[in-house]
Amino acid sequence: MRRLDDKGAVIDRAKPLNFTFDGKPYQGFAGDTLASALMANGVRIVGRSFKYHRPRGFWGAWVDDPNAIMSVTLNGIELPNCLATTTYLENGMEARAVNAWPTAKHDIKGGLDLFHRFLGAGFYYKTFIWPDWHLFEPMIRKMAGLGAVTPDHLDEFHSDQIHDHCDTLIIGGGASGLTAARVAAEAGQNVVLVDDQAQPGGSSYQTGTIADTAAADWIAAQMAAIKTAGGRVLHQTTAYGVYDHGLIACVENGAFGTAPRLWRIRAGRAVLATGAIDRPLTFAGNDKPGVMSLFASAEYLVRYGVLASDNAVVLANHSMAKEAVATLTAAGMAITQIDPDTPGLKAGGWQVTNGISVSGRHHPSDVVLATSGLTPLVHLWRHAGGKLTWDDARQAFLPDGQLSNMQAIGAANGTFDLNHALDEAQAAGLGQSHPRQDTSHHLTPVWPKPGSKGRQWIDFQHDVTLKDIEVAARENYVSVEHLKRYTTLGMASDQGKTSNMAGLAAMATLKGATIPEIGTTTFRPPFVPIPLEVYHGAKTKQLYHPVKRLVLEARHRDADAALCEYGGWLRPGWYGNGAAADHIRDEAMTARTTAGILDGSPLGKIEVMGPDAEAFVNFVFYNTMTTLKPGHIRYGFLLTEGGIVYDDGVVSRIDNDRFLISCSSSHVDGVRSLLENWRQDGNNPDRIFIHDLTMQWATITVTGPKARDILNGLDLDADVSADALPHMRFIETHHQGHPLRIARVSFSGDLSFELSIPSRHAPNLWDKVTAVAGTMDAHPIGIEAMSILRAEKGYIMVGKDTDGETMPQDVGFGIPRRKKTNAFVGDRSLHTDKANVPSRKVLVGLSVPHGEPPLVTGAHVVTDGANQRSLGYVTSSYHSPFLSRAIALGMIEGAVERVGDEVTVWHDGSNRRARIVSPCFLDPNGERLHA
Amino acid sequence: MQIFPCPFCGPRDEREFHFAGEAGKTRPDTTGEVSPDDWATYLHMHRNEKGRTREVWVHTPCAEMFIMERNSVTMEVLGTECLRAKS
Repeated sequence: MRRLDDKGAVIDRAKPLNFTFDGKPYQGFAGDTLASALMANGVRIVGRSFKYHRPRGFWGAWVDDPNAIMSVTLNGIELPNCLATTTYLENGMEARAVNAWPTAKHDIKGGLDLFHRFLGAGFYYKTFIWPDWHLFEPMIRKMAGLGAVTPDHLDEFHSDQIHDHCDTLIIGGGASGLTAARVAAEAGQNVVLVDDQAQPGGSSYQTGTIADTAAADWIAAQMAAIKTAGGRVLHQTTAYGVYDHGLIACVENGAFGTAPRLWRIRAGRAVLATGAIDRPLTFAGNDKPGVMSLFASAEYLVRYGVLASDNAVVLANHSMAKEAVATLTAAGMAITQIDPDTPGLKAGGWQVTNGISVSGRHHPSDVVLATSGLTPLVHLWRHAGGKLTWDDARQAFLPDGQLSNMQAIGAANGTFDLNHALDEAQAAGLGQSHPRQDTSHHLTPVWPKPGSKGRQWIDFQHDVTLKDIEVAARENYVSVEHLKRYTTLGMASDQGKTSNMAGLAAMATLKGATIPEIGTTTFRPPFVPIPLEVYHGAKTKQLYHPVKRLVLEARHRDADAALCEYGGWLRPGWYGNGAAADHIRDEAMTARTTAGILDGSPLGKIEVMGPDAEAFVNFVFYNTMTTLKPGHIRYGFLLTEGGIVYDDGVVSRIDNDRFLISCSSSHVDGVRSLLENWRQDGNNPDRIFIHDLTMQWATITVTGPKARDILNGLDLDADVSADALPHMRFIETHHQGHPLRIARVSFSGDLSFELSIPSRHAPNLWDKVTAVAGTMDAHPIGIEAMSILRAEKGYIMVGKDTDGETMPQDVGFGIPRRKKTNAFVGDRSLHTDKANVPSRKVLVGLSVPHGEPPLVTGAHVVTDGANQRSLGYVTSSYHSPFLSRAIALGMIEGAVERVGDEVTVWHDGSNRRARIVSPCFLDPNGERLHA
Repeated sequence: MQIFPCPFCGPRDEREFHFAGEAGKTRPDTTGEVSPDDWATYLHMHRNEKGRTREVWVHTPCAEMFIMERNSVTMEVLGTECLRAKS
């Protein structure tokens, strides 16, 4: 292996770069890939295979290489699983083979290969079943996988996501792609050309001249013409997937360590000029370093000036090899050609190959250049829904038929003759179809020969051999999809680019079928491995699901609120910097003894208006709403059509045709959608209007024995006495000239008022309320204290005290189910067999002896006796500071009949005793509530 | 990533839309007798057709529901129309 002075179209010899591999220093040039630089330095073993840890050398020169996978570090940034053949060299890079230790050359696990007899296809399934897979799992997990991710640099690893569109997207910058792009751009189309290499041209550098011009000059001329005509070119950009409605995802790589950029391109049409890749031959020892692709070795020579060896054996079964052989010979390589169909072919050598032995004769050489034909890269054609057809002459699957928005040209289309490819490209540039010409090349099929001697590799990366395919066939894993999963053929990071065809062909022979009868596995995006960062872009962490912010947040921060996320809102959990439990306890006590001030702004405020509003609200609510009078408020449930409690809340009737639905804070969006759904689909939408004011109005809840005194201190022009504003009534008034709604509703069980005001005036009102409250020893409280208060009263939180089976009768609201005559959402579901069984889980309280700690939320109430069975579980559990005891709510089977009974509560292996009681622990007669 | 044409807002990214059900389903009159089978059919039995489908979708930014006909195999959108014209 050496670098030639007169070759290497894409390297810059004026810019030497230093790097290391497995700890040893080397030098390459700007323009090199890690692979070409290593080859120039004579490094032959660059990795280890996945299962047997066999030594691996380079097979390919670009994305098709299955072998050289490295962990690369530069400037403190380490990226695992970089393909050496596509990683451009930068000064200071430190590369290590991922699946080898300490080095690829001397890998401590290399001895695993000795046990290959026991590690064949399906060995996991056969070997680790006794006594228990879980015994082996940790060890296997440790050995499995390639590379390790260090999350340190991920904070800086952000992918841009760009949306773009064009008339014509050309995928691939080889001779065909460049021609099509130039013609399309010159015809006035908006053209984008994506090419995955830093220097376009594809394999054209292997062609001495194109259109009587030296290849490099021809490429430069095409590029200049494309740009002059207004075409855009994205370099180092791989189109990796075609998605619905013609979306093509492209990933643009930048300098090492930077996150790739995602381009989502909508193109009027796409021209697929992705070329073709060389495919390996299957013979004994074909995985040894030194056995490489003929076309790849030509590519290393023309692009990077690296001659793989001074002598080589070439195994080729087709006439396309001629040009590559001539190019390599001209560069000084002494080549011996051997017919690859000769039986008993074997690559010799211990770690790396030393030539080919056949018919009792050894042909010594440092490299063996193999090729069994070209496989068109039809991945994107298949993503787009295109069909394939088998072509006998080329022994390849080719794009078949027409797609409305994609055209395949050149080698991707099986057109390996350059003059034909350029004709196709010319036509494609103008949007014209061009029938595929017959190939001028001849190819003698040479496929794997099942039953032949020696270890013959099909999948180099995952160590799938011809024997494994035979085992799979014998055990009847004959469908390609089963074959793939049983043997892991094509499941390595290269996704079978080099291995699938040989695997299919072997199975075809074993089954006595043809290759097209066997078929291919499904081609799925991405074409090359893509970092996950590309998919999420900036939509991560806080931006993944931004929290909703309170208009009073600054006030809460000033008061040392502990802001936490509750149902999508950032809300004060409690106030103060001390121990949370102490603050929460104190706040719960304050609310019971004086008053608590709660920011209830996230409470839903959805107005329903219009001539049909009454009938509509009556239909969407479980509870009857037709009898609700203006100025009155009623508690109710929204059900799904399945009869399950979706949300609860209060409905205020503002006037005859106007209702205000106050749903749970975390369900506002869902309730609004549900209401819109029924409004538009099933009702006359011109007679009902739904207006969500949740964000526009803030709500301050004042709750506790001193609540009315606080309101009286606000100089409101409203009478809030018990006679004028009893429980479940509603008035509209003003605060400092701004509209103010006062609803006397309670979630705490105490005298409570909800003051709602347009959001921009809320800080003013908050200041006033807290100032007045402060004079009475009343203070702001957080949502945690409120959770205790409502549980003391036995008020439920939907989603916490209910689950996906809870119906309204299960939480103590059975009357509308029996009495309501109008249709309502979910009505019929409340009378199914399941809705009527006596063993439904119902809401109850659970009481433990005084002095005992609270039950664990989620603990199960179980049957007594030998075979414990769950009867339900604890849904809410707290220490009530006001009652000086533990309280709990639970959903328990048939428990209404069992109030007073003692039950066993099981948690994490231990049992406790509790008594089933009424869920209302506080003020059962409502004296505090109606104060 | 699909593009759906909202009849009110024009072509928009699929992430702005929600599926709301198959078109043409009518709610049984629950003020009368509804057999368990009829109710179960209404709740759970969907045609889930392969090929041409007719569905109700909602465009969340404008909150309008509409009928969309599309091909569930090729994902081709065959047309959209406003729901209220049909109600």
